[in-house]
Amino acid sequence: MPRRVHVQTTINGEEIDFLCEPRQSLLEVLRDVLGLTGTKEGCNDGNCGACTVIFDGRIVTACLVLAVEAEGKQITTVEGIAVGRELHPIQQCFLEGAALQCGVCTPGFIVAAKSLLDQDNNPSEDKIRLWLANNLCRCTGYDKIVRSVQAAAERMQEAR
Amino acid sequence: MQWFEYARPGTVGEAVRLLSEHGEKACVLAGGTDILVQLRGGFRTAEWVIDVKEIPALDEIAWDEASGLTIGAAAPCYRIYENEDVKKHYPGLIDAASLIGGTQIQGRASLGGNLCNAAPSADAVPIMIALEASCCIAGPNGERTVAVEDFCTAPGKNVLAAGELLVSLHFPAPKANSGAHYLRFIPRNEMDIAVAGAGVSVVLANGNFASARVALASVAPTPLFVKQAGDALAGQPVNDESIQRAADIAKQAAKPIDDMRGTVRYRKHLCEVLTRRALHVAVERARRNN
Amino acid sequence: MSEQSYEPNMVLSTKEFDVVGKRPLRHDGVDKVTGRAIYGADVSMAGLMHGAVLRSPHAHARIKSIDTSKAEAHPEVRAVVTSTDFVDPGDKTVDLGEGLTRLAYIRNNVLARDKVLYRGHAVAAVAAASLHDALEALELIEVEYDLLPPVLTAPDAMKEDAPLLHENLRMMEFGRPTDKVSNVSDHFRHEKGDIEQGFAEADLIVEREFDTSTVHQGYIEPHNTTALWNNDDRIHIWTSTQGPFTIRDTTAAILDKPVSQVRVTPTEIGGGFGGKIPVYIDPVAALLSKKSGHPVKIVMSRAEVLEGTGPTPGSHLKIKMGVKSDGTMMAAQAWLAYEAGAYPGAMVVPGGMCVFAAYDIPNVTIDGYDVVVNKPSTAAYRAPGATNAAFATESVVNEIAEKLGIDPLDLRLKNASKEGTRRADGPKFPRIGCVEVIEAMKNHPHYSAPLDGPNRGRGVAIGFWFNAGLPSACNIAVNPDGTITLVEGSPDIGGTRTSVAMQAAEVLGLPAEKVSPSVVDTDSVGFTAVTGGSRVTFSTGLAAIEAARDVRDQMIRRAARIWGVEEDGVDFEKGVFHLKNGTENRMTFSELAEQIATTGDPIVGRAGVNPPGVGGSFSGNIADVEVDPETGKVTILRFTAFQDAGKAIHPSYVEGQMQGGSVQGIGWALNEEYFMNAEGKMMNSSLLDYRMPTSLDLPMIDTVIIEVANPGHPFGARGVGEANIVPPPAALANAINNAVDVAMNRLPMNPVAVMEAIWGKNGATD
Repeated sequence: MPRRVHVQTTINGEEIDFLCEPRQSLLEVLRDVLGLTGTKEGCNDGNCGACTVIFDGRIVTACLVLAVEAEGKQITTVEGIAVGRELHPIQQCFLEGAALQCGVCTPGFIVAAKSLLDQDNNPSEDKIRLWLANNLCRCTGYDKIVRSVQAAAERMQEAR
Repeated sequence: MQWFEYARPGTVGEAVRLLSEHGEKACVLAGGTDILVQLRGGFRTAEWVIDVKEIPALDEIAWDEASGLTIGAAAPCYRIYENEDVKKHYPGLIDAASLIGGTQIQGRASLGGNLCNAAPSADAVPIMIALEASCCIAGPNGERTVAVEDFCTAPGKNVLAAGELLVSLHFPAPKANSGAHYLRFIPRNEMDIAVAGAGVSVVLANGNFASARVALASVAPTPLFVKQAGDALAGQPVNDESIQRAADIAKQAAKPIDDMRGTVRYRKHLCEVLTRRALHVAVERARRNN
Repeated sequence: MSEQSYEPNMVLSTKEFDVVGKRPLRHDGVDKVTGRAIYGADVSMAGLMHGAVLRSPHAHARIKSIDTSKAEAHPEVRAVVTSTDFVDPGDKTVDLGEGLTRLAYIRNNVLARDKVLYRGHAVAAVAAASLHDALEALELIEVEYDLLPPVLTAPDAMKEDAPLLHENLRMMEFGRPTDKVSNVSDHFRHEKGDIEQGFAEADLIVEREFDTSTVHQGYIEPHNTTALWNNDDRIHIWTSTQGPFTIRDTTAAILDKPVSQVRVTPTEIGGGFGGKIPVYIDPVAALLSKKSGHPVKIVMSRAEVLEGTGPTPGSHLKIKMGVKSDGTMMAAQAWLAYEAGAYPGAMVVPGGMCVFAAYDIPNVTIDGYDVVVNKPSTAAYRAPGATNAAFATESVVNEIAEKLGIDPLDLRLKNASKEGTRRADGPKFPRIGCVEVIEAMKNHPHYSAPLDGPNRGRGVAIGFWFNAGLPSACNIAVNPDGTITLVEGSPDIGGTRTSVAMQAAEVLGLPAEKVSPSVVDTDSVGFTAVTGGSRVTFSTGLAAIEAARDVRDQMIRRAARIWGVEEDGVDFEKGVFHLKNGTENRMTFSELAEQIATTGDPIVGRAGVNPPGVGGSFSGNIADVEVDPETGKVTILRFTAFQDAGKAIHPSYVEGQMQGGSVQGIGWALNEEYFMNAEGKMMNSSLLDYRMPTSLDLPMIDTVIIEVANPGHPFGARGVGEANIVPPPAALANAINNAVDVAMNRLPMNPVAVMEAIWGKNGATD
């Protein structure tokens, strides 16, 4: 067995440590080692956004991060978006707005949209489309996704 | 992906020592958006991956009215385009930093990585050339400085010798009445490699161009500095004719290839269109900066 | 409708129901927004090994030898397989729901035997403790090839001296075998009327040629499978598939096992669009499992998906149409050559069914050619064959309208197919919504809205897909709390659990939330054909309706027994059982459900259907574009999609199908293509360079659902999954033409192509 590296990190608010090979991506470790399979693999080269996670406050594609780089970082995956039993408004609006069909891109969109609304609670349609351009969806044509992000923004403003 | 060892040096000296020790077997990891794809695809091999993001000098963004702007080679794009000083003084650089990849890629990708990857299509490089940026390089024999236009030597190749590390990029303080712009053409509106790109800067004086610089992406083995296009503008009046002449020179200088992203004819044509359009925007910006 | 009634998404409804037509939350929604839903690649189990597939670097070559010894010696490798591990199927044919296919073709596509026929063709596979180890081991397999010249397009492959892909492939012509060895596996012809006479009577004849590139379905989830060949010789497969029974039957055939030995569990599936019907890696994983004694998972990379699975055919088409000066269509002729890829089976047959389906034309001839080329073996893609054909036909129709000075929608209305129109390929249309779709387009405010500004243009086109019926099964159990559990065999790609559940709910007078639908494995439900052909909401919906009626009838009998009356004395309305002659005895569904356990046997409804009465669907687009005349780039300013849904069971998901299909059509029209070099290597096998539309490339996609009830379905539903992809390329070509006055006869209409067309028009030489 080749030498593996011990990594300590924080995922969805919980301190976690794991062993990994340096060549393993964060995506591989999330899915295969930690069982966090909500983060999806669509291309493994950063172009589809299905593996989007929040990494020290910024969204990144987990396929283009080495797992060893997670040392000391704060990571949020789709499993960490709902608060307890309460769905996040983005999740609720995706459901109500029929913003998913097959659903495999959905975790990436939800994580990316959350990071957008965390920094801008009233984004324009253009800004939403630009922010989400690294996330591919092949089922919806994006219409209902963009509308659901807009609806979530409104709901989050009302809740304030 | 093949097996490799991983190191995360905390200082430039330590990084240079590791790079010197492992030579060709080492590669540098900044944002990883190119290198990890290349390692995974087998286009590149490494036994050591040296992660330089924890080195303070490679992560800093510092602005000073006298000396200009210094950007650590590994600072990710989003920190550049969210930086108030860069927004105010280098809008041309913002153009490039905000269109490399999408939001997720910009969370990781850096100007230094874009430059070291030495792709002909690198979006950040033409504007860096236009802004007269220089590279601060550390190596086993000390530091040296190389102009950005001299950094790339062939597709995927650059001037870094074994053991050398690109530490930062330095941009001189913008001159009065100057403006810059980067414009690229892609078939989609995001997430594409430039079919062609034009980075330009101009300095105006009394209704004339005092000086100008033009550089192109994706139309030569390396990002292409078209000195003669900028020189042709120096001393000329600011009008459609002078700009058109410079754009035509850029078109003539381009030496593109036919590939899946475009044909030779189309790319040369784009060089003219993009250079002309970019110069018009740069002039507008310069006029606002007086 | 008036301008005031305009909304981005509207339903032109003809009939209202209690549940059908409403918009309940989908039953699997929470799992999918929280990341809990288990897709194929998420399957995990003790002892799991990871498989990887070695693929051909050549587009056409004979395999001289394969040496796997070094890979087998790798310390982490548990098994290596090649095609010699499969039983030789000889000339055996199998019927997998799409007609007879030679088993050898499928087997040889899964793992190449004597020849590789495209770059990316699977050659061998390994299983190892980790994916990294498996990939390392692939590099240790030594394959010797004798290179052969590749042939990459239908016109080239049809030449007399073209290199042959299959030395034993004899052409079928007009339904009969011939002795001709050829890359053309099939030439068919449909004829109606007298084509010569028809053209002779025409005042205007337009004849044009068109090319379309190979494009991929582009689902975001790569193919995956996990197989366990158990010690009792039973094989269990977990996979993302549109057709679990297809996977079962094909895998059993390839492995020469009875179907009862193979069980397929369909996991959640991340898109398919027709591309996740064929079998690729399932039998390979099963063999690796047999050899290694471990469960084995294979997940394709994105490059493998693009290079090793079935895209949809590129095509070369000629269309000739003749009309009277008043616009009456007199004659139409089509010549369709579709690239099947490595093995016969291009989607040219459905192309021939759809090419002139929208129009009532007295004299028609349609020739279709199924041509093998050195590209991946093609698969279905959303209305397969129809988009290629409509791009050609609709472009010619738009040109005729322009030449005659007739509004393009008026020209279509004048000639639109309607109930009783006979298609050239035989079928006579039942009630269809072709006219209603065109009228809705004409009446829509988009069509009359001003479109100011230079280099802007508006385009229109319509499309047709016939839709499929095919078998479906469904079981429904009644729970004591008044809910029902619905079991079906149709993988849910876009919300069909809910659209199927809603139909059962409608029958039983229940809210949709009181139905718990599950998609189960092939051992747990009756045979159900693929999720394809826009058939699930129609056919599996009908199975659910029949099963719900079975439940209803059993519950009526139970109520009669409880009340001590004959069963015809009990009625059921809106979820309430009551005596026909009196009002004092009534029970809600829940009240009766609670008494089932104490009053007799459990109540289980069941149904198996193979329904006739499939309703075809028509669609249409109005598209506004702006073209940058200096770069050729097309920007879509506004896009409205129209489609006849018969009855929209869940309008949100009908709109979703229309929007998604439209955008796939837009991608096909503007940027997507397999960019092959001369050696047959796909140069753009990544999602960076295979350019599917991003959110930033599109406006909102407005929808208009037209409801012309399908008489073959109790609620009037028609399949809506496919017809929406058909019109966009022709509508956008028309819009580009109106914007910058260039005729676009080739897909994709990417910036280079549009710029070259502009240069051609201007006579520019540089």
